[in-house]
Amino acid sequence: MATVELTFSALPAHVRTARLVATAIARRTGVAEELLDEVRLAVGEACSRAVEAHRVHCPGEPIRIELCDESGRFEVTVTDSAPSDDLEQAYMEEDGAPTPVNGTALASLLPADTLMSGFGIAVIAALADDVEVYPSAKGLRIRMSWPAATTGFATA
Amino acid sequence: MDLKLDHHTEDRLTIVEVEGEIDVYTAPRLRELLIDLVNKGNFHLLVNMEKVDFLDSTGLGVLVGGLKRVRAHDGSLELVCTQERILKIFRITGLTKVFGIYASVEEAKEAHGRDK
Repeated sequence: MATVELTFSALPAHVRTARLVATAIARRTGVAEELLDEVRLAVGEACSRAVEAHRVHCPGEPIRIELCDESGRFEVTVTDSAPSDDLEQAYMEEDGAPTPVNGTALASLLPADTLMSGFGIAVIAALADDVEVYPSAKGLRIRMSWPAATTGFATA
Repeated sequence: MDLKLDHHTEDRLTIVEVEGEIDVYTAPRLRELLIDLVNKGNFHLLVNMEKVDFLDSTGLGVLVGGLKRVRAHDGSLELVCTQERILKIFRITGLTKVFGIYASVEEAKEAHGRDK
């Protein structure tokens, strides 16, 4: 597994940079050309959501993106530091352990005042081949992946 | 690419030319333009998206906001777009049923003329 990590300040201008980096690495990892627009849009949506959440809760904290190739898949994880307590509470199992939730289900259950946030997650769910959302008091983590060539960027 | 905006009015229809990327960074500029146009009495807007390279949900939110504003004045906000990469996000979100989407400015102008 090879990983590229990127952290950026919660500024809207940096979202474009994140999109460009993710798309470039997806291409190098062997993601099919016809899927690159989906990678670009999904990563952009995840980063935009994170930037908006940081601007409200913690503008000084950075947002982190991990991009890796693993078992023939290109995987992107966007992690923010803005509390998502409400989401976490909504998705706790009975024993209290937080569980990853499907993006579409999450978006459909979000309260009305988080419509745009949920809208972005719904778009991601429609675009990425596989999406999991991990809400917690320490922030939200969105993991998404697409099929890629087995060569990966480690050997390219 | 940054966002370039221009507009002109033809026979009560204000055509907004958009070029570049509409995202969380640039969308506020489009929002300001649409609000300004409505405040100045332009209630029939046609947004030409043919030169838009990228559109995300922030941009969609701005277009929906613009539509709400013009509808409050019995106006319209319609789009020109033939790019599959842009149309895809409208389809995913179901907004193809909300916006009139035309293949060309001429086609939209003809439809606007018929509706007058």
